[in-house]
Amino acid sequence: MNPTPNLPENNPPAPASERADLRPESINDAVIRLAGNSQDGIQSAGAFLARLAGRSDQDVMTYMTIPATISGGPSIFQVRIGTGEVLSAGDEADFLVAFYQHSYQDHIDFLKEGGVLLYDSDNVEPNLDDKRFVYVGVPITGLTVEALGGTAKDKGKNIFVLGLISKIFQLDVEKMKKLIGEKFAGKDASIANTALMAFQAGYGYPVGKVLSHQYQFEHVAKKPGAPAQITMDGNQALAYGLIAGGVRYGAGYPITPWSSVMEILRSELPKYGGLFVQAEDELGAVSIALGFSYSGNLAITGSAGPGISLKTEAIGWASMAEIPLLIINVQRGGPSTGLPTNVEQSDLFQAIYGGHGDSPRVVLAAKTVEDCFYIAIEAARIARKYSTPVFILSDTSLATRIEAFDEPKLTELMQDPKPDLTPLDTHKPYALDKITRHAPPGTPIRDGKYPLISGLEHDEFGHPTGSPKLHMAMTAKRRNKLRQLAEEIPVPEVFGDAEGDTLLVGWGSTYGPIHDAVKRALEHGEKIGAIHLRHLHPLPNGLEKIFAKFKRIVVVEMNDQGVYGFGQLATILRARYCEPKIQSVTKTDGLTFRVREILEDVFQGRTFAEKKITKHAAHAPEHIDTAPENVDSVKEVVPQGVG
Amino acid sequence: MSTDTLTAEPPREKLTKKAITADHPTWCPGCGDFAVLACYYKVLEKRQIEHEKIVTLAGIGCSSRFPYFVNGHGAHFIHGRAVPLASGISLARPDLHVFLFGGDGDGFSIGGNHLDHGARKNINMTYVIMDNFVYGLTKKQTSPTSPIGFKSKTDPQGAIDQPVNAMKKLVASGATFVARTHASQVNHMIQMIERAMDHPGFSVIECLSECVEFFPGAFDNANPRKGGAFEVIEEKKYDNTPEDEARHDVTDELAAYKLAQIPFPGVFGVFYQNDRPTKNALEKKWIDSTREKLGQPTDLALLQKTFDRMK
Ligand SMILES: Cc1ncc(C[n+]2csc(CCOP(=O)(O)OP(=O)(O)O)c2C)c(N)n1
Ligand code: SF4
Ligand SMILES: [Mg+2]
Repeated sequence: MNPTPNLPENNPPAPASERADLRPESINDAVIRLAGNSQDGIQSAGAFLARLAGRSDQDVMTYMTIPATISGGPSIFQVRIGTGEVLSAGDEADFLVAFYQHSYQDHIDFLKEGGVLLYDSDNVEPNLDDKRFVYVGVPITGLTVEALGGTAKDKGKNIFVLGLISKIFQLDVEKMKKLIGEKFAGKDASIANTALMAFQAGYGYPVGKVLSHQYQFEHVAKKPGAPAQITMDGNQALAYGLIAGGVRYGAGYPITPWSSVMEILRSELPKYGGLFVQAEDELGAVSIALGFSYSGNLAITGSAGPGISLKTEAIGWASMAEIPLLIINVQRGGPSTGLPTNVEQSDLFQAIYGGHGDSPRVVLAAKTVEDCFYIAIEAARIARKYSTPVFILSDTSLATRIEAFDEPKLTELMQDPKPDLTPLDTHKPYALDKITRHAPPGTPIRDGKYPLISGLEHDEFGHPTGSPKLHMAMTAKRRNKLRQLAEEIPVPEVFGDAEGDTLLVGWGSTYGPIHDAVKRALEHGEKIGAIHLRHLHPLPNGLEKIFAKFKRIVVVEMNDQGVYGFGQLATILRARYCEPKIQSVTKTDGLTFRVREILEDVFQGRTFAEKKITKHAAHAPEHIDTAPENVDSVKEVVPQGVG
Repeated sequence: MSTDTLTAEPPREKLTKKAITADHPTWCPGCGDFAVLACYYKVLEKRQIEHEKIVTLAGIGCSSRFPYFVNGHGAHFIHGRAVPLASGISLARPDLHVFLFGGDGDGFSIGGNHLDHGARKNINMTYVIMDNFVYGLTKKQTSPTSPIGFKSKTDPQGAIDQPVNAMKKLVASGATFVARTHASQVNHMIQMIERAMDHPGFSVIECLSECVEFFPGAFDNANPRKGGAFEVIEEKKYDNTPEDEARHDVTDELAAYKLAQIPFPGVFGVFYQNDRPTKNALEKKWIDSTREKLGQPTDLALLQKTFDRMK
């Protein structure tokens, strides 16, 4: 029998025997990929799913690609919901929602064998001969227009689909409706009503006719006293972490994917009596932020690569003048305008060494959305204590994904940001025997000798000097405070085997896939562990002791292998430890690491398919090397545009 | 955010020139910048500004060395970016007096964009541009105000690019106090600095300040002692006299452009002044009304509420 499209009115579902095995009813982990165009609001549908999962004490992780084109374009939002620990967004989807033919074509290869394709039968004609998947066609566009009375056209498809998914996964409808209500609170009541109508239409759709299974997430009993779950994206977590860390002032200039940090701070900081300024450009932004910091209010500036390049001279001044400053770089693909909406970790060198002269600064990198929150607090603490610029590296992946995490204990974390203007008897801003602590303007200095903050090499009072001896002493002073900081940085914990054959080393947003890779490799009998570095400059002391316990160390990062064959962190570690067993796995396809990809690069020539998945489940060809002959084979899943 | 003022101090000593004098200036003997520094000391002394509330800032250039010669809180920043640095200080700390000094290259060339935006946003500060029509520190290259024909190391045949008309640029940028003075006219300069200081908002003064090393005699035409004419703008007195008709209305932008049109050496005094609200005031209003609406919550309560919404 030839399968025909599953139109609910006239086509009964294909008999179960004709389909690949359905997933069991009770599940503890599901990857749902929504594929459409960005103007369809798939991000907000995905965000609702993520938030609901968070509220139901499930772990969630999302993955999103944003188009660089202005008015939309192909876009995906992937939600992974699990009852255990969810570290990565998932290599393959259990459930694919395709709004358009291109969504189907571009993403069907990401569907697991036995997975469900839910498609808009008004726009998509799948190849029903491919028996690996379960096909569920629903005229999403038509039914949405019908439900909303036509005026809204097909706006609301996303919420209709949310209703459908809620039904299929037996999600808590009341909670979901409440979320929808909250989201549109404060707007025109008709907007919330329309959304609820769309949701109801999707939820009420007789999906049982075409899909004999409904799934249900295993219930996790919340431990008594366990913290509530917060769901937010990485940029939100950075912004609120800064607020908790006592940062009340900042300045920036818009650029993807940093903008939402400044947008949040622009409206949030005044609530706390602070201020965020949109500057004329990044040179102005960093300078305004330095003005805030110099005035006694530790400030934040940030950008993505192009803007950080512009800020570089002023950051050098902050290093020389020893002014505390926080600089966020939400990294994207570079160089130049590069890949504005893709992920890359290619600004590590820039963060550590960018600019002229020996200009020490601290560089931290957040590993998860939750960590974005905590690292912002830590960065603020370090900047104040060591009177130094501190970089926080994030990236597109962290910025755009939503994760659930334990509610932070704000009572313990909140910092009081008031500038300290206590009069001083005497003051030397650059005392050689101490870590610099500035007296902000407004501080009376009783002996009448006021400090000068200088970008010229200076003496202990800040006055210019050409003395070679002083330049040596001051250079050492600025460097030694970073050595002192290194003493207090914790040595990272080893995940997996504490000793063995292979140690993976990562930094930044690759935390999840690297840790999932270790888990899977352990299942395959490897002796493998991983460490993840949050402090990249200075590095924590004691890494050499961990390295000694493994036969090889493989640094996994999303940047180029460079002329000498090593990624940016790998290069630094090799220079720091003179350790030839340090190897490098890099990639530059602008996409987050998949677990398999890491393993197959680390253990060349072997395959690490997820258990229970047959080999011929299709995959996008993987990017192994960037030699021109290989670049052709990289599948473009993400549209390229200007930004 | 409020910053507590300190009251528990013993009675203040009088602010003297000695108290605010720091390193001996490294300028060439005869450089016009000495006079600007002297006038600054005079104004600070005359107005008895609380010593710790004086903030002296600069970018890079001969003129921008200024803060080193002033004993007070101050910073020597990078080339061209002193306006945004000053903006941050001014916006966060309404209790301070923010003064900014720099050259024509620093202000009109590398810092030109910042100047425009600081001015348009009307950020409260007093900015003196010490214009010598040349790059002094880097030893005689063409500056954005160098006149056509000026022979420099970068234009040995004479400058060919149209120079910036400082007064036009400043008025067009939206500065709310724009004045012009001359380093050889000390009393006039003091008057201008005082008026600029008293003006709430972005006040900027172009002070012709001769570089005796690389453009000697540049401003002799405006120096009566050197046979030139120092023509001062007569401002309206609103005294209902017929003479008043002809006097300059400082709030009239078009009249300011007309004055700026007069060929070199032009006229001196206040070209333009108006009372547009400052960014400082507008942001404060927004902060205050936001906090008012929220019921003056503590920081902790506010952030907790935000997190509750994200559950
Ligand atoms: C980014 C940068 N570019 C160039 C310079 C070199 N530089 C220092 S001062 C200066 C020009 C100074 O001219 P001006 O601002 O008119 O000040 P003056 O020395 O004439 O008072 C230049 C080009 C620098 N310090 N920084
Ligand atoms: S070079 Fe010119 S501007 Fe610089 S100090 Fe000497 S005279 Fe003054
Ligand atoms: Mg000059």
